[in-house]
Amino acid sequence: MWFKTITAAALGMAFGALPALAEAPAPYQVTPELEAAARQEGKVVFYTATDVAVAEKLAGLFREKYPEIQVQVERAGSERVFQRIGQEYTSGIYNADVIETSDAVHFQYFKREGWLEPMVPQVVADSWPAEEKDPDGNFAAYRAHLSVMAYRTDLLPEADAPKTWTDLLDPKYKGKMVKAHPGYSGTVMTATFVLSQTLGWDWFEKLGQQNVMQVQSSTEPPKKLAQGERALEVDGNEYNVFRLQDEGVPIKIVYPAEGTPLAVGNAAVLAEAPNKNAAKLFYAFLFSREAQQLNSDFGGLRSFHPEVKEKAGRTPLKDIKVLESDPEKLEPMIDEIKANYEKYFGT
Amino acid sequence: MAVITDTTLNDDRRRKGVDLSWPTFGFLAALLGVLVILPLFWLIWYSFRTSGRRPEFTLQNYVSLVTDPAMLRSYALAIGMALAVGILSCLIATPMAWLVARTDLPGKRWIRMLVTASFVTPPFLGAIAYEIIAAPNSGLVNIIYRSALGLSADSYLVNIYSFPGLVFAIACFTFPFVFTLVANALDRVPSDLEDASSILGGGAMTTLRKVTIPMVLPAMLAGTLIAILQALTMFGSPAIIALPAGFHVITTKIWSLFQFPPKPGLAAAAAIPLLLITIVLLRAQKAILGRRGYTVLGGKSGTPRITELGRWKWAAIAFVGVILSLTIILPYLALVKTAFTGTIGDAISFDTLTLRHWKFVLFEFSATQLALRNTFVLGVMTATIVTAVALVVSYLVTRKSLPGARYLGVLATAPVAIPGIVLGVALFLSYANPMFQLYGTIWILLIAFMTIELPAGYQQMSSAFQGVHPELEEAGRILGASRLKTLWDITAPLLRTSVVAAWCFVFVGTIRELSATILLTTANTKLVSVIIYDLNESGDLGAICVLGIILLAISFAVVFVANRLPVLGGSQMNARG
Repeated sequence: MWFKTITAAALGMAFGALPALAEAPAPYQVTPELEAAARQEGKVVFYTATDVAVAEKLAGLFREKYPEIQVQVERAGSERVFQRIGQEYTSGIYNADVIETSDAVHFQYFKREGWLEPMVPQVVADSWPAEEKDPDGNFAAYRAHLSVMAYRTDLLPEADAPKTWTDLLDPKYKGKMVKAHPGYSGTVMTATFVLSQTLGWDWFEKLGQQNVMQVQSSTEPPKKLAQGERALEVDGNEYNVFRLQDEGVPIKIVYPAEGTPLAVGNAAVLAEAPNKNAAKLFYAFLFSREAQQLNSDFGGLRSFHPEVKEKAGRTPLKDIKVLESDPEKLEPMIDEIKANYEKYFGT
Repeated sequence: MAVITDTTLNDDRRRKGVDLSWPTFGFLAALLGVLVILPLFWLIWYSFRTSGRRPEFTLQNYVSLVTDPAMLRSYALAIGMALAVGILSCLIATPMAWLVARTDLPGKRWIRMLVTASFVTPPFLGAIAYEIIAAPNSGLVNIIYRSALGLSADSYLVNIYSFPGLVFAIACFTFPFVFTLVANALDRVPSDLEDASSILGGGAMTTLRKVTIPMVLPAMLAGTLIAILQALTMFGSPAIIALPAGFHVITTKIWSLFQFPPKPGLAAAAAIPLLLITIVLLRAQKAILGRRGYTVLGGKSGTPRITELGRWKWAAIAFVGVILSLTIILPYLALVKTAFTGTIGDAISFDTLTLRHWKFVLFEFSATQLALRNTFVLGVMTATIVTAVALVVSYLVTRKSLPGARYLGVLATAPVAIPGIVLGVALFLSYANPMFQLYGTIWILLIAFMTIELPAGYQQMSSAFQGVHPELEEAGRILGASRLKTLWDITAPLLRTSVVAAWCFVFVGTIRELSATILLTTANTKLVSVIIYDLNESGDLGAICVLGIILLAISFAVVFVANRLPVLGGSQMNARG
């Protein structure tokens, strides 16, 4: 098995460098040897929190390039993916190759537990902003998206639409809103944290009186708008709104002056990945221009790849006031956030 | 008498040749012990342990259980919900059962068949169908209501995301339990007592009130208790309807304790009261049904009399029609409509007709194939093993061939007292530790399904055995056949219909299971029920409806192929969702 020897040698070199310098391993290229070894494995398991249609589309693009490699997409909410990996790794079950969630806290946790395999695709080393990748090379920002307030323009005239977060407490929106759950969605966990810091918990307490429909995933509020089940979403993925806008659903996003929460979705390769080479290949693919462009075009996700062109009509990230979360401050707050949330919203 | 003869014969036989009775008994006792006792032991064990890396003894889990207002609230809501479901099921099912069993209502056979169909429908699928029908704004009923009356956009007729909505959605799938029991009781209640009442001058209503209703009251109560139990332990429907409405019931609360970092100790402690309530309810049901059995024995004669509805016929047809539409026809139509249109708000026309959800589920969604295969394989394995075990256990128990055999029956019935979510917690605790690494494999699901379905299978097989007289077996034994050979060559063929029925019942029960499954699946052991639940959490209703239709098609096809008899009949039907 010459290719395995070569890969092992390559990995060995990467590891050899690691303890000495205490920094990210040397960037790697997608070589024919890596491709051959990945083909031999024939399969990669991708645990993801991206909307299932987007994730499957991405897997489809990968299959076009490598028809011999099956991509098994396991989609659930970020917190559910986190829970699953936690249960599996603590029980000694190693199913997953590549993991991706929209809650940055998870990757701090995985890194601390030593569950990640440090590796840096060339493109990440070359083009990713330093603050969007782990200095030790454990993970990097695969995607970013905002958690946005949005409304159905046909159900809510623009004049009546809220402009700020505090507007949402107006009694006229009672029974009209839908929001996702921080216990399920990493995006909403992040958003709840930054909004509780910006607006205070009493804002959430008052919002809890507004008869808000509670769904789980942050992909779901935009879908509830599309169904016409509610007219206004408190939070939800910007990219799902973009996708529905592309389909012609009359939805408009509000970017309040107080700021809009940003969720950064990291990706990483797991330390005990059963398909090591396929994982490495797929991981590099995730950051490639074509994958990132597909995420942007089809998925409406924001990308850190400098060459990705956003569709016209989307407000560029630089024109939006963004509320960024600090995962290190968020982590100790998780239980408190969940408890407060249950107190104000019932679940 | 039969018993004495049988044991005497046994003694003769045992001297003559190898009898596999004892090894079989030992094997079954071990198997059932592992299935039933082990998870319960770990459940209780972990409820006294702290969560985390170094667990130690604690009472903290129980303290949190009784002091955490959120936990108490979810228990209170669950109990309130279950009682309401029980009462509503009884109110719907009793008149319907009477109409079907005791009147000249047309189409009675069809009505029984349609009610049976709702057993095959997974309750969680029904809950999703009601979301489509009765969500306050996008629900089809509310859209029609608004446009018919020209009302403003925020008025609605019904709201499924509410406590009454939840009660309704669950009752639709629990009323068949009451219906079946009451209809069976009405079939059996002798008519001479009613005739006596008429002869003594009692009018139709007086007879109904003073004779018929008291006679079926035990069946009504027992059915209601089963409905209460089902509602209390159900996971899927509350997760789909109660969470958007902003409240937890106990099953969803227990499940939320598994969010990472999991609190298995607290989850185990929270499951214990649910287990105790279930045991109490089952004992109550047994006591009530026991009394009913006595009543029926007291006067079994004559055929049930049929009341002529006369001018009430149309009212009765309308009543049954409304109930069946609400509980079966409308949900199915909603699923079909959503599977073939873009979003649920779309009107049905050629423009909105689309196969895109089918394309997504069948060709793009990578979990479909694996989940379908797992579901099918597990369904067949569980049904086969459970039927086989139930067959042998009920043989040993009903023929009283070995001392202590009846404890096997007790063990085989015991899991009925373990709610699905509790079993899920218990199995997770038993088999997700370094000693038994079954979590993450299909085997932990097989164990779960076997445990859950065993009581139903055993119930069916043992009532079938009671119908076959032992003298045929005795003939086989006298001619020198071993016990197992007799069982295989003589008894099994006589029981074929019952075996097939039990097999189907277990198969259907397995593929609709969600409450234990939800805690035990991993990426490689996905089941259709779980991916439906996952898709629901991200709001992909079209894809759910497609998967639901596939699941239902498989269930109906299997039941149809295996036999054309009604699958139901047992009283403790086990159909958790």
